[in-house]
Amino acid sequence: MIQEQWVKAIFVAIPLVLIGLRLIRLHWALRIPAAAACGFAVAVLLVAMLPTGILAYLVSFSIMAGIYAILSLGLNSQWGLTGHLNFGIAGFFAIGAFTSALFTMSMPTGLLANYAKQAFGLEMPFLVGVLAAAIVAGLVAFLIAIPVLKLREDYLAIATLGIAEVIRLAFQNERWLANGPQPLRGIPRPLSCLVEDPACAWLPDSLATWLTPLAQRDYIFPYLVIVAVFVAVIYVALERISRSPWGRALRAVREEEASAAMNGKNVASLRVQSFVVGGVIMGIAGALYGPYVISISYSHFRPLFATFLVWVMLMLGGSGNNRGAILGAFIIWGVWSGTAFLADAITPLLSLISDDFASRSPYLRWMLVAILLELIVLYRPKGLLQEQKVVSLFLPRELPKKVPRTKT
Amino acid sequence: MSEPGVDRPADRGAGAPSPQHDDTDDLAMAEAPRRGAGKRITALVHSRVGVIVLVVAIFFAMWLLGGAQPVATRQLLTLAVWGVMLGGVLALGSIGLTLIYGVLKFPNFSHGALVAIGAYTAFAVMAVLPEGPRLGPFSFGWEFLAALVVAMPVVGLVALAVDRVIYRRLRNQNAALVLFAMASLGMAFFLRSGIYMIWGPDFHFFYQGRPNPALNLPFNVRVQADQLFILALALALVLLVYLLLTRTRMGKAMRATADNPQLAQVRGIDTERVIAWTWVLSGALAAAGGAMYGLTSQLRPEMGFWLLLPMFAGTIMGGIGSPLGALVGAMIIGIVTQMSAAFLNPAYGPAIAFILMIVMLILRPQGLFGKPGG
Repeated sequence: MIQEQWVKAIFVAIPLVLIGLRLIRLHWALRIPAAAACGFAVAVLLVAMLPTGILAYLVSFSIMAGIYAILSLGLNSQWGLTGHLNFGIAGFFAIGAFTSALFTMSMPTGLLANYAKQAFGLEMPFLVGVLAAAIVAGLVAFLIAIPVLKLREDYLAIATLGIAEVIRLAFQNERWLANGPQPLRGIPRPLSCLVEDPACAWLPDSLATWLTPLAQRDYIFPYLVIVAVFVAVIYVALERISRSPWGRALRAVREEEASAAMNGKNVASLRVQSFVVGGVIMGIAGALYGPYVISISYSHFRPLFATFLVWVMLMLGGSGNNRGAILGAFIIWGVWSGTAFLADAITPLLSLISDDFASRSPYLRWMLVAILLELIVLYRPKGLLQEQKVVSLFLPRELPKKVPRTKT
Repeated sequence: MSEPGVDRPADRGAGAPSPQHDDTDDLAMAEAPRRGAGKRITALVHSRVGVIVLVVAIFFAMWLLGGAQPVATRQLLTLAVWGVMLGGVLALGSIGLTLIYGVLKFPNFSHGALVAIGAYTAFAVMAVLPEGPRLGPFSFGWEFLAALVVAMPVVGLVALAVDRVIYRRLRNQNAALVLFAMASLGMAFFLRSGIYMIWGPDFHFFYQGRPNPALNLPFNVRVQADQLFILALALALVLLVYLLLTRTRMGKAMRATADNPQLAQVRGIDTERVIAWTWVLSGALAAAGGAMYGLTSQLRPEMGFWLLLPMFAGTIMGGIGSPLGALVGAMIIGIVTQMSAAFLNPAYGPAIAFILMIVMLILRPQGLFGKPGG
């Protein structure tokens, strides 16, 4: 293995170690070294065995799946925990993406200013952008929640779908805000100096020389680490809060509002709180999406990509289960990416029927994913991983299959 | 909303999952006058008259806003008349939605796709038929009418097939509302991808480049003859649905099933047959709406999704389960959408309609003509 591969392996290892920490069930003193060893071994194997192109594809795939996993976790905190039928994920995603873009970008200057318009460009660091995205998305969620959460759940679905459309229309038509129908280009990438030639000034020389083999196109490797850390933090936080009294109160509201209210829970306030938490998480996903694709436009936030796919992910993974949300995101994003190959593969077959058909094969993917959703709804409505019914910070994580009955 | 917090638990009644058997909201309203002036004002705002006054006030405010900018009054009048035409098309979709919502109790997110399929089916039929001479002042020939007649049953059968494959199984499983909603959202994307596969992503016109001059009506209102035809046909179809629901056995069975499926079954109504006819009827109406919409603008695969939210807005404005309400609601939405173009970027038309819907949901969740608590 050459140095470039070692560097990549280290970057790939970090997400794998995070997964290992979750999967290996040992005491923490053993778990950390075990996870580190396994993660690093798998990473080295992956980097050594796979051709560069396929490795890069897998990494980009994981970044997008990770961003979807965050959206899916956000939806889970709304739908899985409290039962909000939010069909407007795209709206919060868009707000997060545009907010963080505006906070981190600089104002266009010179000739470019004639073509690109934006409300402001603060040139803030990435994390400030994420924070701003979370706050603004949370604020919008709060403003929406007050009138809309009083509604019946089916009305809530219609209302949120419409709100997402209004948000998208606003970004499409308000040129001054974020360049309107034109894409907002050149969103700065966090830590991009890692892969640039004069490396970051604050890096020690030894690290900088160690990173030199990485080219611009290898930026996806450090970005994978960033996304993985965000997924891990949000996952742990959600697991924690869904096991807390607050999480149990939310589930009580979901199951039976009247009895939750009778037990002294402020139902209206709890519903708003969980909606805002979900909105914040979706906003963070948007903030991570912008730097990855570099240029964003209103058309990225159509209901298909930003709402429908996320719902399919959560339904498949298992509503109410955070692990399921992440698993579903990876599977469905895999299916979505895989159907691209499938559509390519059957293009010759389609061209036998008609040339038009062959040129439209990309739309087959929609059809296949839609069929997949119908199959999930019909045959696996509870998803792959089901919700744990008994959760607490003070109970062992997995209860034994049969809870021994105490004799009375 | 000027509502004291005391009423919160009763207000939550509107959030209960089974609206048809829920009368907490009703009770809250009946009790309201006894609790002082604040309550009485709330009750007034929530009443049908109150909401209509509010809608008129919004209209008037829009009129003023429009007048404040250099827009001629007669242009506003023209826009209002166009709004009525758009309302007619929307009403056909809204009535279908309201029937499905009433009988099957779930919001059918694929209804927009049915509208689009109707338009494309009509387009396909017209491509096959020879082009006839124009009928009088209209831009279309007899082949459009033939296409309309073909498209309606075709889409009705598509809707029925979807029900047989998906929704009937869900009904047999007693699935939760979210599964119906998800299934219909999935169906919307499935049907739309079908349109993409068959007809491609480009625009289509029923008549490429055929001039469609506007007529000059009194008060300087300029309207195309086609638009008048659309309105007349829409109203005729709505009247037909009304007669069907009130005069025929099947219509009465539909209303009974919407009211209380168990009771209807006990009384010997074959609810599955009723549901099948409901799908056929709402699919046919959606097809008519789609074909007529295609007469005044281009066909695009996404048109269904664009029309879906205004149609939902009309349905909810009017009150779920009430065809008359759907007609009135769709008219209001159509007029507001068009008139907002006088002082706002026309792209925001759907947003305005939608905001009106939210106002309605908050003030009077049962809609203008819905039963209290529904």
